[in-house]
Amino acid sequence: MHIVVCIKQVPDSAQIRVHPVTNTIMRQGVPTIINPYDLFALEEALRLRDRFGGAVTVLTMGPPSAEDSLRKALTFGADRAVLLTDRFFAGSDTLATSFALATAITRIGETWGAPDIVFTGKQTIDGDTAQVGPGIAKRLGLIQVTYVAKVAELDPEGRTITLERRAEGGTQVLKSQLPCLIAMLEGTNEVRRGTMADALSAARAEIVKWNAKDAGVEDLGKCGLKGSPTIVKRVFAPAARSEKAKVIEAPEGGSLADALIADVFARQPHLEADLTALARGF
Amino acid sequence: MIDEKFDAIVVGAGMAGNGAAYTLAKRGLKVLQLERGEYSGSKNVQGAILYSDMLEKIIPDFREDAPLERHLVEQRFWMMDDRSHVGLHYRSEDFNEEAPNRYTIIRAQFDKWFSGKVREAGALVVCETTVTELVQDAYGKVIGVKTDRGGGQIHADVVVLAEGVSGLLGTRAGLRKIPKPTDVALAVKEMHFLPQETIEDRFLLKGDEGVVIEAAGTISEGMTGMGFIYTNKECISLGIGCLVSDFQKTGRSPYQLLETFKQHPSVAPLIAGSEVKEYAAHLIPEGGYKAIPQLFGDGWVVVGDAAQLNNAIHREGSNLAMTSGRIAAEAIFQVKSRKEPMTAQNLSLYKTLLEQSFIIKDLKKYKDMPQLLHIQSQNFFLTYPQLVSKAMQNFVRVDGTPKIEKEKMTLKSFTSARSWAGLFGDAFRLARAWR
Amino acid sequence: MSEPKKPQAPAAGGRASTKKELPEHFKAYKHVWVFIEQERGQVHPVSWELMGEGRKLADKLNVELAAVVLGAEGETVRHAVAEAFCYGADLVYVGADAVLADYRNEAYTAAMTDLVNTYKPEILLLGATTLGRDLAGAVATTLLTGLTADSTELDVDADGSLAATRPTFGGSLLCTIYTLNYRPQMATVRPRVMAMPERVEKPIGRVVEHALQIREADIVTKILSFLPDRDSNKSNLAYADVVVAGGMGLGSPENFQLVRQLAAAMGAEYGCSRPLVQKGWVTSDRQIGQTGKTIRPRLYIAAGISGAIQHRVGVEGADLIVAINTDKNAPIMDFAHVAVVTDAIRFLPMLTDAFKRRLSAHSRDKMAS
Ligand SMILES: Cc1cc2nc3c(=O)[nH]c(=O)nc-3n(C[C@H](O)[C@H](O)[C@H](O)COP(=O)(O)OP(=O)(O)OC[C@H]3O[C@@H](n4cnc5c(N)ncnc54)[C@H](O)[C@@H]3O)c2cc1C
Ligand SMILES: Cc1cc2nc3c(=O)[nH]c(=O)nc-3n(C[C@H](O)[C@H](O)[C@H](O)COP(=O)(O)OP(=O)(O)OC[C@H]3O[C@@H](n4cnc5c(N)ncnc54)[C@H](O)[C@@H]3O)c2cc1C
Ligand SMILES: Nc1ncnc2c1ncn2[C@@H]1O[C@H](COP(=O)(O)O)[C@@H](O)[C@H]1O
Repeated sequence: MHIVVCIKQVPDSAQIRVHPVTNTIMRQGVPTIINPYDLFALEEALRLRDRFGGAVTVLTMGPPSAEDSLRKALTFGADRAVLLTDRFFAGSDTLATSFALATAITRIGETWGAPDIVFTGKQTIDGDTAQVGPGIAKRLGLIQVTYVAKVAELDPEGRTITLERRAEGGTQVLKSQLPCLIAMLEGTNEVRRGTMADALSAARAEIVKWNAKDAGVEDLGKCGLKGSPTIVKRVFAPAARSEKAKVIEAPEGGSLADALIADVFARQPHLEADLTALARGF
Repeated sequence: MIDEKFDAIVVGAGMAGNGAAYTLAKRGLKVLQLERGEYSGSKNVQGAILYSDMLEKIIPDFREDAPLERHLVEQRFWMMDDRSHVGLHYRSEDFNEEAPNRYTIIRAQFDKWFSGKVREAGALVVCETTVTELVQDAYGKVIGVKTDRGGGQIHADVVVLAEGVSGLLGTRAGLRKIPKPTDVALAVKEMHFLPQETIEDRFLLKGDEGVVIEAAGTISEGMTGMGFIYTNKECISLGIGCLVSDFQKTGRSPYQLLETFKQHPSVAPLIAGSEVKEYAAHLIPEGGYKAIPQLFGDGWVVVGDAAQLNNAIHREGSNLAMTSGRIAAEAIFQVKSRKEPMTAQNLSLYKTLLEQSFIIKDLKKYKDMPQLLHIQSQNFFLTYPQLVSKAMQNFVRVDGTPKIEKEKMTLKSFTSARSWAGLFGDAFRLARAWR
Repeated sequence: MSEPKKPQAPAAGGRASTKKELPEHFKAYKHVWVFIEQERGQVHPVSWELMGEGRKLADKLNVELAAVVLGAEGETVRHAVAEAFCYGADLVYVGADAVLADYRNEAYTAAMTDLVNTYKPEILLLGATTLGRDLAGAVATTLLTGLTADSTELDVDADGSLAATRPTFGGSLLCTIYTLNYRPQMATVRPRVMAMPERVEKPIGRVVEHALQIREADIVTKILSFLPDRDSNKSNLAYADVVVAGGMGLGSPENFQLVRQLAAAMGAEYGCSRPLVQKGWVTSDRQIGQTGKTIRPRLYIAAGISGAIQHRVGVEGADLIVAINTDKNAPIMDFAHVAVVTDAIRFLPMLTDAFKRRLSAHSRDKMAS
């Protein structure tokens, strides 16, 4: 079984700061991490490999420094890593990103055998669109199953797979075929640690680096800014609320809780009646 | 069990570990470096100043791609009381030289860069791996390490302990004692982010110029300690540290001190409007020469903070760390090239070389300083700063008091706070410790 | 490197692709469409929220607002069609076929792209739900057009282009995204980000039934079963009128009971900040914020929550935000309306009692009168 996992290196968004004047991201000192959602995809892929044999290839598109994330994925136990990096990819939106990744996956297939499953995370924490997975699936003509909570069954001979997919109000159990693309839901597993042997071989591994040409991109017009139908016209900081919160204090001899409630209902006059009606219903 | 043996295992990827691993790998040894942090530098806290000379001795052309923040053109020393500071500012155009002498750095980024160099030099660097135990043979010789990863122990001819100030591994293996609370300071630090232009305006800087402020006085509330403010490109590192034993005695928390320091009228305007990221606490070895533990043994050497090699008076740590790492590596290389075993006797070369370097010489020079400052902390960190401030105010304030009276008042305030004998004694002691 | 693009990318100016030069064949694309999402007989309320937004866009552009209803022929579809008119549709496109009985990406993508290619809308809006996101990504890639995810504001600019604004970099910034030269212009919007429009009783209007050419045999994926969430898992957080939430300031899972108790006393829903989910104190469907639920209650009470930006983006739509925090400088003070600076662990039980007293006193008054 050959499984490709798409991971993205992202800035740790908890630590992002914005320049107060220019509204640009101040990158200094902002660490990068593997998109946390992608770790669930990676672990699921590793488990399937451990069960059915084969190899896990991790793929990322990003700047040369994204090598760190790939090496880390190898430490977890992935078998090989491909870094897709080229200035032609800069400024890609989700359509252009999915084009580049799909092309690279095709090349990965030609080089190491066609993948049976392509995994992605549910979404990234910087792009946060959940569109790249479906985009790759469409480009490669793969069945797409997103928000997957569990790979329930897999029959490598019969080429079928049964998945539990999170839907509104419940879980869909569906049966589909290989090859397919799975976008894994978060919280479904916990990424493993990797043994000392994994860590040593990751430290030694050669990361495969492809530019657009190596990956087999023929039409550069489909990459980067040129290949992106969306255009970011304006970036701005959310308007700050002009006033800070009004701090309620307990009146002389009175109760703070009552003072708060009085203030809340003074601001929301109808709420009191509605809550009372509700309380009566109990 | 991994059937692979390395020439050397370096524990820790801080300044000392990187200095050692880089030098060993450059000399062609088969090196494994283990770091518990997510990446080299992820756990490292420092002000931080980089001293070029010591890095040049390891990586001569480091300026080409190292992540340097600002080169220092100005040094300020502040003696503070609650509402004022008396300062000595030294700024010189000479520091705008071709190859500047000192830089501010952000350790997380710098260490990552350094680690990249270590890798390029050919060492295997494995992060997120904590060494849990030193493996010793029946005779007590260190022959390898155990880690928290599955898959057993790894062997090497020599283990370089560069695990930083707490030195747990060495302690656990019985190679050294736990540092005494009087020998370590606890420092807390924050990064205050501000737009580059704001920092340059506030400190009167252009381009990559930078400033360091070191402050002592009532901010440490009578404890032995110091505050510091360093300018980086887009942030200001600010912190304060005091001896652990003093914190124990007074029950004050370092965080409270830092808050007071930040609110000091001389400090607050420098960081106003900043966004605080990264609050960190770290220990600094302050024991000086007298606290240096055993530095080598059968199959092991200890370098950097783990060996208490830190010059508290000059706030130099990372340069001693990388230099001791480099020197240890050179000693190991010499033993190895003579095809001799890594016995304590052979590795004593490390100590010999260290003694010939500035490290031991500097530490010896100030060997009495830690004790002096410690015993006299009330005077040095509380009484004198207040007196000096009073004297200065008395000097500059024009209020019709005849100058002769002013001088008398100043003198009187000094002598009434400390007896003449006390004053002379302190001056004498200070001079002797410094000499 | 996916959307949104780096904010450093210079705005407009200089780059050809940022100019509007709509190719001739796209000029026929007109009207605003809203995809009406329904599963197992229920229309997702986000669809009606989008109808409210769609109406405003259509009016500005002076075009029609159409609803798109897909599903198996039957009562569910009929009901959705009728409701669409009550929420302002000028017309409704219906793709009714047995293959669409349950949501499956292959069938729905085929149906949707077929409808778009046939009737050519200029704007297509979908809810950013699990279904909507799954469908939108596939449809946009098939049509090779742009898609803006999780928009928080929709507008049309002077030359009639859709301006979709969305948070970027974890909510620290907002960006406005255009799809100038491709059609349709697609966007998804999370539930509760837009206000629910008023429902106005209206008769069924123009309905365009579209015969789909999809055969069940061509659809590889089969649905074996659907396991509905147990009732206890079902939170109505997103749509609750009053939400009480707790954060790390509560200190322990036991103290989180205090939040549940206050919520129960008020007939409110309860939620939490992310670390509580990560620690396993509370289930993930209760998480509020960027990676949890967006809420729009009339009253939101946050106890021991610092108000990090990722939390803030999920609660800003609340009419009234009350913060209970020991730190008067916590970030939440910048967007809460009212605050009490006190220990939540001690204060919550008092507040619960006070609410109980006040609400029951009223109900006694009213019953007496
Ligand atoms: C607030 C502050 C300000 C300072 N300012 C300056 C300054 O301006 N200039 C200056 O020169 N010095 C300064 N110093 C001192 C300087 O930072 C240290 O002397 C220097 O970092 C020591 O380097 P080291 O490699 O010995 O230890 P460290 O940098 O502490 O590195 C030790 C490494 O070992 C790793 N490690 C520990 N245990 C294990 C284990 N069991 N397994 C695997 N890995 C392990 C740690 O994660 C760490 O990365 C400052 C220190 C502090 C705290
Ligand atoms: C990619 C990403 C996505 C995220 N998504 C979300 C999300 O969807 N939702 C979310 O909530 N977070 C999210 N976060 C996490 C977010 O950044 C914050 O870490 C989190 O919201 C903090 O939770 P908290 O306020 O409960 O805890 P803290 O930040 O620890 O705050 C605790 C607060 O409680 C106060 N306090 C302490 N003791 C008491 C007491 N006794 N009484 C009253 N107050 C007290 C403190 O003053 C403090 O303000 C995300 C982070 C990332 C990186
Ligand atoms: N640049 C990239 N390189 C590799 N995988 C990516 C990249 N961008 C997105 N992905 C994958 O697509 C998923 C969804 O991303 P997004 O659409 O940005 O939310 C992620 O979880 C990744 O698995």
